[in-house]
Amino acid sequence: MTAAASGGSIVIVGASLAGLRAAEALRAADYKGSITVVGDESHLPYDRPPLSKEILLGSSSLVDIELISAADREALRVEWLLGEPATGLVAGGVGVGDRVVPADGVVIATGARARSLPFCGLGGVHTMRTLDDAVALREDLVAGCSVVIIGAGFIGTEIASAAVSLGCHVSIVEPDPAPLSAKIGPTAATKLMDLIASHGVVVRAGHGVGGVDGKEQVKAVVLDDGSRLNADVVVVGVGAIPNIEWLHGSGIELDNGVLTDEWGRTSLPNVVAAGDVACFKQGNTHRRVEHWTNARDMPAVAARTLLADLYGQPPTDPHDNPPYFWSQQFGLRLQLVGRIDPDLDLEIVDGSLDDGDFVAVQHHRDLISAVIGWNSPRSFLKWRRRSGTELRAAASLGSEQSAVRPSLSVLPRP
Amino acid sequence: MMITTDRVELCAAADVDEGDILKIDDVPGFTAPLAVVHSGGTYYCIDDTCSHQDASLSDGWVDEGCVECPLHESRFDLCSGKPDIPPAREPIRTYPVEVVDGIVYLRREEQ
Repeated sequence: MTAAASGGSIVIVGASLAGLRAAEALRAADYKGSITVVGDESHLPYDRPPLSKEILLGSSSLVDIELISAADREALRVEWLLGEPATGLVAGGVGVGDRVVPADGVVIATGARARSLPFCGLGGVHTMRTLDDAVALREDLVAGCSVVIIGAGFIGTEIASAAVSLGCHVSIVEPDPAPLSAKIGPTAATKLMDLIASHGVVVRAGHGVGGVDGKEQVKAVVLDDGSRLNADVVVVGVGAIPNIEWLHGSGIELDNGVLTDEWGRTSLPNVVAAGDVACFKQGNTHRRVEHWTNARDMPAVAARTLLADLYGQPPTDPHDNPPYFWSQQFGLRLQLVGRIDPDLDLEIVDGSLDDGDFVAVQHHRDLISAVIGWNSPRSFLKWRRRSGTELRAAASLGSEQSAVRPSLSVLPRP
Repeated sequence: MMITTDRVELCAAADVDEGDILKIDDVPGFTAPLAVVHSGGTYYCIDDTCSHQDASLSDGWVDEGCVECPLHESRFDLCSGKPDIPPAREPIRTYPVEVVDGIVYLRREEQ
């Protein structure tokens, strides 16, 4: 009898959404062995999307964003090792501190961390990834203060929205021509820029950051054209880096994350990866997807596949969902499924781009490859559900569209 | 023991096509809107507001005895009100209905 069949032990490294979803999927698949979840944060799993919204606004607290109730935790029968990062994969288990937690199987769900810039140690400079980050930023966002946000991605634009609501004076610096243009395409991005500006935010698009002024406390952000934006608070929102350093020397294949196949299987037997840290095979390329929905959906596939491998059975369905994300900011509900090709026009299928709300699609080789909704949840959902098969096929077609589109020109110039 | 049955008119059955969902505002005795769903030949009544965030489930998608939230993909069972996947974790409330002479009623039973 194998260790797995007799009960066994599975260690999940990462105690956020992806780690929790893996644990839930193992139990849902009737796995009766032990589960240990290792997390470097001291908190039990909590939801991150509210960090840049309700937590900043003070309308939610930690209790509101916990991902699992006390009753459900009891039913899940997981041992939580929190506040201590894993140090590596070793023979027979996972290194945590100076000991080894024995494991027949491992789920890697260590996620990603906020990319920092050289001046991130200055007072008043923030990044946003964890609850502690959000609490620290909230303390600094007092009415009347000047906030400069570096990077107009999801984090940057949503924080801008919250900061405006809190009465701050907000500027955004973004090297691309408009906010989120690589994700939602130039047409929608321009419309988004107009919306953000209409709320009084100064949008300095097309500019990189040269550096900051201030010795201990930040005083201003200096742009690449030499202009200055006074700042009491600076938020650096320039993307995320997968947490893979702890795996160096473990013999596992890494490349912009932990490389996996379509089922989340890594190069090591009985080790799977899922969520933000996983760079998974899709079509003829590998992609790392940082959307919340990927951290929700991929761990279930990886966990089921791990059990199948431990039991010597073939895996079931692969992870092939088209990427889906939403954003809420400045009164806008933005939704997008699939991948926008910034070089292709949007085809409006409902509403109007110029006057108001709309739903638009893009095609890739005669398949609907993306659906974007602007304040149109009902129509967006109809298009997404009707196009589900096409979106899935388009997502797997591979990458005439660029799989990874770096947007790091915001880094300070030497 | 007396059981009194109180019923509240929601809408005409013909107002909700098969596979559709209709928001009902201002139902007497309710502070939040409800929704009537017509799925698999049966009518259901549920809370219209998603248990996760301020989304209207009547903007959602009805499929296989569930309604999917238009924002974040949690699917609620039309009988139990339970969500299948996060982000919603709490169930929505579901209410007994009856259809009499082409009118959908919410049935309230009080002992």
